[in-house]
Amino acid sequence: MDDLLQEFLTETNESLERVDAELVRFEQEPNNGQILGNIFRLVHTIKGTCGFLALPRLETLAHAAENLMGKFRDGMPVTTEAVTLILSTIDRIKAILEVIGAEEREPEGDDRDLIGLLATWSQREDLKPQSQPRAEEAERPRPTPGVHAIDEATDSDAPLLEKQTAEKSLADKRSAERSDDERERVASHSIRVNVDTLDHLMTTVSELVLTRNQLLELVRRHEDSDFKVPLQRLSNVTAELQEGVMKTRMQPIGNAWQKLPRIVRDLSAELGKQIELEMTGADTELDRQVLEMVKDPLTHLVRNCADHGIESAAERLAAGKPLRGTIRLTACHEGGHIIIEIADDGRGLNVERIRAKAIEHGFASESEIAAKSEAETCNLIFTPGFSTAAKVTSISGRGVGMDVVRANMEQIGGTVDLKSVPGGGTTFTIKIPLTLAIVSALIVEAGGERFAIPQLSVLELVRASNGGDHRIERLKDTPVLRLRNKLLPLINLKETLQLGGSEADKGFVVVTQVGSQIFGIVVDGVLHTEEIVIKPMSSKLRHIAAFSGTTILGDGTVIMIIDPNGVAQTIGRAMPVARANEIELDDDGTADEDLTPLLVFRAGSQQPKAVLLSLVSRLEEIDCRQIEISDGGHLLQYRDQLMPLLRIDTQTAIKHEGAQPILVFSDNGRSMGLVVDEIVDIVEQRLDIEVASDQPGVLGYAVVKGTATEIVDIGHFLPQAFADWFRWRDGRAAPRSRRVLLVDDSAFFRDLLAPLIKAAGYHVIAVASAARALDTIKSGPPIDIVVTDIEMPEMDGFEFAAALRENPRTSAVPVIALSAMVSADAIERGRGVGFHDFVAKFDRTGLIAAIKEQSGDLHQAA
Amino acid sequence: MIGRTTMQSDNELTEFVTFTVAGQIFGLPIARVQDVFKPFHMTRVPLAGAEIAGVLNLRGRIVTAIDMRNRLAVKKREGGEAPMAIGIEAKGESFGLLVDAVGEVLKLSDMQREPNPINLDPKLAGLSSGVYRLEGQLLVVLDIDRVLDLRGEAVAA
Repeated sequence: MDDLLQEFLTETNESLERVDAELVRFEQEPNNGQILGNIFRLVHTIKGTCGFLALPRLETLAHAAENLMGKFRDGMPVTTEAVTLILSTIDRIKAILEVIGAEEREPEGDDRDLIGLLATWSQREDLKPQSQPRAEEAERPRPTPGVHAIDEATDSDAPLLEKQTAEKSLADKRSAERSDDERERVASHSIRVNVDTLDHLMTTVSELVLTRNQLLELVRRHEDSDFKVPLQRLSNVTAELQEGVMKTRMQPIGNAWQKLPRIVRDLSAELGKQIELEMTGADTELDRQVLEMVKDPLTHLVRNCADHGIESAAERLAAGKPLRGTIRLTACHEGGHIIIEIADDGRGLNVERIRAKAIEHGFASESEIAAKSEAETCNLIFTPGFSTAAKVTSISGRGVGMDVVRANMEQIGGTVDLKSVPGGGTTFTIKIPLTLAIVSALIVEAGGERFAIPQLSVLELVRASNGGDHRIERLKDTPVLRLRNKLLPLINLKETLQLGGSEADKGFVVVTQVGSQIFGIVVDGVLHTEEIVIKPMSSKLRHIAAFSGTTILGDGTVIMIIDPNGVAQTIGRAMPVARANEIELDDDGTADEDLTPLLVFRAGSQQPKAVLLSLVSRLEEIDCRQIEISDGGHLLQYRDQLMPLLRIDTQTAIKHEGAQPILVFSDNGRSMGLVVDEIVDIVEQRLDIEVASDQPGVLGYAVVKGTATEIVDIGHFLPQAFADWFRWRDGRAAPRSRRVLLVDDSAFFRDLLAPLIKAAGYHVIAVASAARALDTIKSGPPIDIVVTDIEMPEMDGFEFAAALRENPRTSAVPVIALSAMVSADAIERGRGVGFHDFVAKFDRTGLIAAIKEQSGDLHQAA
Repeated sequence: MIGRTTMQSDNELTEFVTFTVAGQIFGLPIARVQDVFKPFHMTRVPLAGAEIAGVLNLRGRIVTAIDMRNRLAVKKREGGEAPMAIGIEAKGESFGLLVDAVGEVLKLSDMQREPNPINLDPKLAGLSSGVYRLEGQLLVVLDIDRVLDLRGEAVAA
């Protein structure tokens, strides 16, 4: 491309971004002559340069915009509509520039529409300027016919026009230069450097840093070397140089913010809200590579604040807030990081809706949600596929979700966090490293090899040994570490990288955080920290997720840089709780749905007992001294609440000293602890209850890993802990006894769900097949609601529902489908045969809510 | 005029760096060879394919070493690291082909290059762009782009 044209494009794009920002300010302060002067000059310069480069279409447009700007400068009142018009003109100019950038010529078409409007505005009598128009304006033809003439010229008489405009532009350019004199004086202190040159410089400096490191390593081995002093000097100079070169790559974060005022302005118009954007710390600098990466996520977050955060004016008025909502953008340095905050004073996140949504979409089971704090719940909005907006708006619902924001941040070793105050607003905090090229890393050893772990993601180091404070324990085959009352899943680096070697239960645990996920990477040793220069991975190795790059150490050897993100992915499947969810979540059938994860434990007798792992929200080991006795029952202060402790049977003794293992079951903020002697294992297997049991609290017996195991009915214990466990949530008396027909071929689920429905105040008839269900309907008293499984032998849920529809006696009975896999297809098909609702099998609250809704109890209550 | 040009190109000589892998002689056009070096301090890369012997530092560049014995599906070298490596550059990246020994540079006429014999080992044929009949042995001209196309092989396998 022509150098001149290239430079024009670069300059114009920069100018345009400035105009955008200035115009928004201008609208707010229409009497600020300085701002107006700036904008006018910018548009004017664009126009002038266009003439030189034979870009007639662009020039005409800029000219028309300049005319109107001139009127403003002469005192014509500034209105929102006029600013909008100029903004759309600038958008058009941008679009044309884009084509010129790609094709080196102006695109086809004309801008009559905009030019006409611009001309009409300049002409408006009612907005006549108070002062005398400038001489320049008087020379020009009267706008309306004039615009036409120019338009025609654009199409046919281009060369002629070009000549005219070129002459005129020369004059314009000269005057523009004069007015720009002051700015030029400042500008002469800076020069424009190609980005490639800077990148190359950075690479060279990186090499220098490496060589320096190598030399330092050499000298370290020879104590009395003559090289020592000069090398020290070299080392210092290198560090200075590195810093200097880094500085050249630094850009103020304001560059990424330039577009935001315009976006917020457009949004406030579109949404009919009054929004103000406050920006502080725009001059905070960061590496341009990082800057590029945060641009889009920032825009998304600001859009999000405007769209979801800030309330409408009426709502704000009702809440006693100022009509105008504020989005505050702040940036500052902190250590080797830059902290960006995006805060709004809007309504805050709706935690209840997030909870409901998470359960509905199966992002977390109910027990998990219940165990989450409010802050943890809010963080769920970063889950892929999560969006709480009831309807997808054109503003923030464009397929770019918060998950993308988080992913982008993590890619550059950053984090994004949020804080929400109901009614007070939401604050997103982004923490990103200043630069990506040189990072501090922890050099670790595993299986005789060395690896670098970027320190950005390392929280702490823990030494684990058999006798020490921190022991590596195992749940099934998954190693875990108990760290400050939290179970930390561990990844053995040796195993993950298939380095072989004996599996030692000692070593160092590098506690690592990726997003909200915290886990430990077990390594054999931690050697030292080093400033490493990240070298891209060979294309032949890029597919290995566990590594993010390579680097050369001070001693000259190449080592791989561990990508904590990738490592977390490789082990994600092996983590006990994560795995349990996966089976629930997986609706594409790839997971083996027949397998049920079970937690095996011992309590009372030697015979193993088991519960469904998905029902357990936490495994804890508590200090016996914390257990309190009240009213003959055992209680424990747990997470600022009193949690009842129950025993499976009278044989289970609650210890008096030492540590007492308990299983915690949570539901909607309430927890119950089940005292056990020992947690044995987590087993995943097909669950066939072979011997049913009449004993309360026992569902039956199944063979788990070759041993007869008692399957415990948690439903039996929950009401013991809180007499109203299943009811308190509704805060009202149970509805009159309606009859619910529960159809499920699995005895386990029948036995799990029947007491649950019963506890909610319904009469339950549980049958094992669709045929039996039809019999029951035919012979027994009328049924109010049918809850049925879908996957059943002989007659499945779909056929069963169809059969119900055909029978006039049951055609009006609501049918709720239970399924392990709630896929869009199945829902579609279910609607067709007359299912009224779909509930995931593990979703107990959802089931009760659905039954209530279908039986009309909800409406009565409302 | 045209005739003379043709004559010349027929007689044009290409210089080949020769090397042996498991007794077989190979040639690489010298233009594609950056350097010949003795690989040491090689770091193996966990989870990488078997053809990747590791990565190493060659004067500040990171070189991905490809084990030619593995690439040609011949039996492993007995004892220790490969004695020699041939450095090449492709698409801005550095690679090192680990070979048993590096021989002399041969000037060979393009005219004498023959297509792959029909009975050439298929694995060898897949990586060869022709052969030269030398005294008593066959020199296989290695097609470096195909050698580096590890992915294609993996898919086919």
